[in-house]
Amino acid sequence: MSTHWLDTLVASNTLLVIAATALLGISCGVIGTFTVLRGRSLIGDALAHAALPGICVSYLVFQQRSFGLLFVGAVFFALLGVWCIHFIRNKTRLKEDAAIAITLSSFFGLGIVLSRIIQNQPLGNRAGLDDFIFGKAASIVSRDVLSIALVSLVIVLVILVLFKEFKVLCFDREFAFSQGLPIRALDMTLMTLVCLCTVAALPAVGVVLVSALLIIPPVTARLFTSKLESMIIFAGALGLLAALCGTILSAVLPGPDNGVSRGFSTGPLIVLSCTLFFVIALICSPEHGLTRRLWKWIRRR
Amino acid sequence: MSPPAIEVHNLTVAYGQKPVLWDIDVSIPSGNLVAIVGPNGAGKSTLLKAVLGLIPATNGFVKALNREVSDVRKEIGYVPQRETVDWDFPVSVLDVVEMGRYGRIGWLKRPSKRDREVALSCLEQVGMSGFAKRQISQLSGGQQQRVFLARALAQEPEIYLMDEPFAGVDAATEQTIIEILRNLRSNGKTIIAVHHDLQTISDYFDWVAMLNLHLVAAGPITEAYTPENLQKTYGGRLTILDQVAEAIRTGLPRSRQDATTEAS
Repeated sequence: MSTHWLDTLVASNTLLVIAATALLGISCGVIGTFTVLRGRSLIGDALAHAALPGICVSYLVFQQRSFGLLFVGAVFFALLGVWCIHFIRNKTRLKEDAAIAITLSSFFGLGIVLSRIIQNQPLGNRAGLDDFIFGKAASIVSRDVLSIALVSLVIVLVILVLFKEFKVLCFDREFAFSQGLPIRALDMTLMTLVCLCTVAALPAVGVVLVSALLIIPPVTARLFTSKLESMIIFAGALGLLAALCGTILSAVLPGPDNGVSRGFSTGPLIVLSCTLFFVIALICSPEHGLTRRLWKWIRRR
Repeated sequence: MSPPAIEVHNLTVAYGQKPVLWDIDVSIPSGNLVAIVGPNGAGKSTLLKAVLGLIPATNGFVKALNREVSDVRKEIGYVPQRETVDWDFPVSVLDVVEMGRYGRIGWLKRPSKRDREVALSCLEQVGMSGFAKRQISQLSGGQQQRVFLARALAQEPEIYLMDEPFAGVDAATEQTIIEILRNLRSNGKTIIAVHHDLQTISDYFDWVAMLNLHLVAAGPITEAYTPENLQKTYGGRLTILDQVAEAIRTGLPRSRQDATTEAS
């Protein structure tokens, strides 16, 4: 590392990556708040895994690695995954967790098989589809950032418009129905937003880790606030902060160098930053924190 | 004469292959306090949900105020069992009560000042005006029940469908709730409540629907709430009811009968 770390940051690509992960951190935190409160934390995980075969199919059909085309394929398969989960839950005696597990692993398995087929094609290994499994933020280009910005904007706008509807849907679905709200359509809208967000995050953080971004910032935020509005803002802010920490660490940390790639990947570092904030929150939270409990315990002695 | 609050025609509801309500036919007149009674698994909650349309009917149909239920949703307030929601949800008491206004507020709008005032006055009616800013996880069971009632009041509906409004509340809360319900009735509203305490039925309600998969009996308390109908509703399922039947046959005092029936 002969260059100063600031030089590394200012290197053109690093700024793009920061912009992309920052936007993703915010939108994952915001939309994740609703899925966590809806009791559907794991749905993001299932969606991400279900999206992988979609990316592969898209590539097989169009033979190019364009963000837009892969995105459409991924969203289609992710929604198909949601539909499978609903189908299994409603038409069999299986519970939702089993339905999620079946869908998640089956789609992921299909995705791996398809990506091997692609690698055996001429030019196949140039597709870099393996990057989607663990994420490779460094491969992001400016068009990707624009798409991510667009997705983030859509998510934030829809949530602003449907805030009170989503609130009552997550709190008391049957009551929402009794008020004449179209709960199925609202649920579908929410799931579509989660799909868009998850799929947009795949290139940067990967199939395996994206659900962490949807779950950890919201639950961390919940430790500090009992208001839905502030929970959403906190979760978005924490997602942003974790994305910044992870991306900057990935850029400046001297990591292992095997000749092909150098340093630590961005995705895992973002997730670990989330975890770090969560642990700090768990210790320091004013209401639910361990410190407070320890203090009470000491005082009682 | 005002139209019946709720009309249920030949209603059959099934979960999968298993029927939970069979050919229910009942017309509930407006302006009454109506109890739905029956043993566990008799389909009481299912009846409320089927009336609301939360559970699709296999057969038959429901009308409210002479119209399709989906056309008069604003006029039907629903008070679900309080265990059905997560009380750790990050909202305040006032937020929950305001949800009763959402059907009136409509899309793209936030609750107005008036919505807030209505919600606050409903909280006051249930004796919880001091709790408006409280986070809902801090409430006791009775307070949760009162918040749910306030949410339905905020909707200002003509008909209230309540699923066990007295379950797990203390005597004082029960009194508060029943006074509110009586007050609503005197304003011409209809209240339909699933109720378990057979001892208080005659005191609290003036109309009853007795349910056990089939509709056993329905009508004013004085006509329908008889030992024979109770026997038919609960009979055969629990041995203790044989003792109730025996008690009725040997003519034990009324209060003792009630106590025995309730114990079942």
